[in-house]
Amino acid sequence: MTHIRINVHSKTYPAVGQAGHHLAIANLNLSLNAGEFVCLVGPSGCGKTTLLNIIAGLDNDYEGDIIIGKQHTHPKIGYIFQNPRLLPWRTVRENIELTLDKNQSPAIIDPLLEVMQLTHAQNVYPERLSLGMSRKVSIIRGFAVEPDVLLMDEPFVSLDAPTARQVRELLLKLWQQRPHTVLFVTHDLREAIALADRLIFLSAAPMAVISEITVPIPRAERYHENAIETFRQQLLNDYPEIKQLL
Amino acid sequence: MSSLKKLLSGLSLLAFLAVWQGFAVYLNSNTLPTPGKVAVIFWQDCVSGQLPFHLGVTLLRLVVSFSIAMLSGCAIGIILGRNKKLDAFFDNWLVIFLNIPALVTIILCYVWFGLDESAAILAVVINKIPNVIVTIREGTRALDQDLLEMARCYHFGRRKTLIHVIWPQLHPFVMGATRSGLALIWKIILVVELLGRSNGMGYQLHLFFQLFDVASILAYTVAFVAIIQLIELVILKPLDKKSQRWRR
Repeated sequence: MTHIRINVHSKTYPAVGQAGHHLAIANLNLSLNAGEFVCLVGPSGCGKTTLLNIIAGLDNDYEGDIIIGKQHTHPKIGYIFQNPRLLPWRTVRENIELTLDKNQSPAIIDPLLEVMQLTHAQNVYPERLSLGMSRKVSIIRGFAVEPDVLLMDEPFVSLDAPTARQVRELLLKLWQQRPHTVLFVTHDLREAIALADRLIFLSAAPMAVISEITVPIPRAERYHENAIETFRQQLLNDYPEIKQLL
Repeated sequence: MSSLKKLLSGLSLLAFLAVWQGFAVYLNSNTLPTPGKVAVIFWQDCVSGQLPFHLGVTLLRLVVSFSIAMLSGCAIGIILGRNKKLDAFFDNWLVIFLNIPALVTIILCYVWFGLDESAAILAVVINKIPNVIVTIREGTRALDQDLLEMARCYHFGRRKTLIHVIWPQLHPFVMGATRSGLALIWKIILVVELLGRSNGMGYQLHLFFQLFDVASILAYTVAFVAIIQLIELVILKPLDKKSQRWRR
């Protein structure tokens, strides 16, 4: 498990056509403790995905630095994208195996498939999977690489409520078995409360931290909708500034 | 293929032969022999070994020039599709080579390098490469950036990315370049052989033209159309089927 420090002084998108420069992130400082599950909550278009791309090393055009653990080169990143991004010409198992290091045994995939209830579908091609199943494969792929940090970009968006809840519970089960440092992006406050150790509320672009709140609800009680709803109401009353973000 | 499709395909071939036979009988001329007469000549040339020899020589030239053109064309196409600066620099070259008539390339190759085998192969390759480059470059430009990002994020490396992410996406473009390439190369090779070689299908067809031997011209035509169909059935279609098995 790895500690992460994020300092993004600025991230600007160049002008395109009539639109001028767009300052997406300004002076953003975040810190994640090893093994912590942190949810970033912010309005659509505030730069959450941009931030995850910067952390994942997919976007290097920014000012600042990202320090993941003590390593300075090639930290292992598990990235669960908003769209599952599975290779359609490879089976479920092949999609996961391809991400493994040479020194990792393919056998580590079996228990992950079992927890996610996908053992029966391991030789199926992604086009034959439902969206929920594809999302589960994407989650397994993220965990399989045993990452220093697991980035999740609204992985349950556009799932129907029961499926989203089922996948969320399976994700938590997997995370509790194999704790990793997780940065989870969402704009659904209930989902964030159900999953996170800590919530970080972000402003619209240029993105900055508005408030950080620790979720005091014990993990065992997170399955009860009432506990989550009560805490949500309390948050909205105590921190009126976050209402406009949701 | 369903049995109905097979039946329709067979019937259409029979109808074609019937139309040919009808015209040949009606005209009753040496310029259009009947399918039967062409079949007899075809058989005689096969037994004498003439047709297999010349067909074999042409096929060898086809395999060599096709392989060189496809391999180098794919490599250059991928590089140009991934590198905007190189693409901008070489785009004019591509347009020039695409528009040079095949006959000019063939004549220049023979004039500059002599009437030998390497000049013949080079002429075919130069004619085909620009088409492959353009097709593969367009395919590379259309690569799914989301999948490439996923590969970068999970440290696939160049080899794994090429084999598992890029190549499967380029497959339809490669197959398109292969099919159009085979058809184009056949035609160019015949001209190359006609102008500067003393064997091969092109040389033989030129000879038959001088003798006004239309039956032999048609017999040799049937032979190479059959070979192209065989390549399609035995190599290309199974390859297509295997690589597309993941589709619903």
